[in-house]
Amino acid sequence: MSIKNLLKVAITAILSNKFRSFLSMLGIIIGVAAVIIMMAIGQGSKQSVRADLSKMGTNLLTIRPGADMRNGVRQDPSAMQTLKMTDYQSILDEATLITHVSPEVTSSGQVIHGANNTTTTIYGESPEYMDIKLWTIEEGECFTEEDIKKSAKVCVVGRTVVQELFGDKNYDCVGKTIRFKSIPFHIVGVLKGKGYNSWGMDQDNVMIAPYTTVMKRIAAQTFFNSILMSALSEDLSEDAIEEVTTILRRNHKLKEDAVDDFTIRSQQEMMETMSSTMDTITIILVVAAAFSLLVAGIGIMNIMLVSVTERTKEIGLRMSVGARGMDILSQFLIESIVISLTGALLGVALGYGGSWIAKTFFALPSSVPLWSVGISFCVCAFIGIFFGYVPARKAARMDPIEALRYE
Amino acid sequence: MSENTINHPVTEQEAIDREKKGKKVVIELQDVRREFHVGSEVVKALRGVSFKIYEGEFVTIMGTSGSGKSTLLNQLGCLDTPTSGEYILDGTPVRKMKRSERAILRNRKIGFIFQNYNLLAKTTAVENVELPLMYNKKYNAKQRREAAVKALQAVGLGDRLEHKSNQMSGGQMQRVAIARALVNDPAVILADEATGNLDSRTSFEILVLFQQLHRQGRTIIFVTHNPEIAQYSSRNITLRDGMLCEDKVNTCILDAAEALAALPQPDDD
Repeated sequence: MSIKNLLKVAITAILSNKFRSFLSMLGIIIGVAAVIIMMAIGQGSKQSVRADLSKMGTNLLTIRPGADMRNGVRQDPSAMQTLKMTDYQSILDEATLITHVSPEVTSSGQVIHGANNTTTTIYGESPEYMDIKLWTIEEGECFTEEDIKKSAKVCVVGRTVVQELFGDKNYDCVGKTIRFKSIPFHIVGVLKGKGYNSWGMDQDNVMIAPYTTVMKRIAAQTFFNSILMSALSEDLSEDAIEEVTTILRRNHKLKEDAVDDFTIRSQQEMMETMSSTMDTITIILVVAAAFSLLVAGIGIMNIMLVSVTERTKEIGLRMSVGARGMDILSQFLIESIVISLTGALLGVALGYGGSWIAKTFFALPSSVPLWSVGISFCVCAFIGIFFGYVPARKAARMDPIEALRYE
Repeated sequence: MSENTINHPVTEQEAIDREKKGKKVVIELQDVRREFHVGSEVVKALRGVSFKIYEGEFVTIMGTSGSGKSTLLNQLGCLDTPTSGEYILDGTPVRKMKRSERAILRNRKIGFIFQNYNLLAKTTAVENVELPLMYNKKYNAKQRREAAVKALQAVGLGDRLEHKSNQMSGGQMQRVAIARALVNDPAVILADEATGNLDSRTSFEILVLFQQLHRQGRTIIFVTHNPEIAQYSSRNITLRDGMLCEDKVNTCILDAAEALAALPQPDDD
């Protein structure tokens, strides 16, 4: 029989038992919807993490001293002091694919104003830091190159620090003086809030001061903890890494075969790390949902077995007028595939609905990835064939004499 | 073979041969035996049956239950194969054929008519008749429909093409089944108690149809336990205990149409 006729026969059979067909589809519908919703939420969360990361600048490059602790080899502590002023100067002067550079020296500690205190991290930076990390100054202004030369005791603070020290995060604190580890800092600007990032870190609990000030007056060191840069564009990140690597290797007088004594990481890599974490969670959720599809498949097999038994006489008749085993096999196989694919179709619709509800009413980041729809259909076609095969084979192997006699 | 010919009067076999001289052999059974294993016992349903059926014959096969009638019908219909012996259908030896080959043979050479019609439920007459052609790739949708309509017209249901099987009377359903058996232009029509479920009036109507087909040159085998029907056929084969016990040519065929006319008219209501 041609595919067209087989489809017609299958659809007729399904329609003649609407309620039963729907019940056997229900498992598939729920399973597919669950898979799609899980994938949608997984995808949505991933996108929101990416959005958070790109708020920190997608073209961000970070140079850290020493190689990573890869393969369990701990680096020589002295190697951790490899990033010096000269490196910063060289990058400023020579790098062509870099738009902004800022050395970074950090220190954590207590900050005090009047009777209030809180623990925060002070970041010693250059003014370009604001452009690299996409910070906006909401009130006042940023410190200047002049402040850096003078190692001025000025700072820009985040909203959380304002909240903790002044009791109100909208308090106009420009011009006030706060003390970090007993050193007085004059507040020149307040940062616009960024809120928590998607892995739960308060991005507003910061103080930003000229790097020279932090180096000399707080950390008392001559090297940088890291150097932050912006590549010309996200696409040029890799080239920029190469360029800066060449400059730094020359500065550090490294031999051809020597390993870099610094690492440059791009935001790209960060994103990939985060994405892979999200992927793992998504996979776990999807696997759980996929089990429901397995159960749905068994449901279809059950119904198909009933259907085959019920239609024994029809099978006998078809065989007596010339249907081969193959014809009967394909007839029932097509029927189970039609059931599972129809289920998939309804499931996808329900999945889209569920994803919309999750987004609208539960504020979950959710977006249905198109490929999950494709995969659902493939999986359901497979389920239709796999679980339809046993009943179809049972039908195909019937003895026409017995089948015709069946009451 | 030699043993088998003793089973029935030689003179009659000769008479048949004489009459059918020059006619094509449609069915030839050569010492067909069929044994079933039921537990440890061996049941011999057919114990060496041999006969030939020629093109254009209307043969009734009779026998009491347990005589091997159904087993023989299954053999003739290629639904089963002999344990030994050979069955040649329209020149094709059947015994060694595979299941799927026999299915194709049934599709091309045989038209089945059953006692309980076996129509597809909730399906129109024309779709039921198209069914055998669905399994024949040579027919496209248009040709299928044309052949089915033609067959339905031949059985007098040209005006009920789109009636569903559950909207028809027993006689009409059997006509649809006959049309279905005719649609593939088979070498032989096999009817299994085709009038068994019908009242006597409808039975005669169906018999009239069979006699028409016979006159048109169709080969018909009609399995029945009703001796009356044998009077309307051209030849009667009787089975007993899995063997042929009688094979008679009917020289005085009754006309079913006359018998139908002689029946008392049903009350009009």
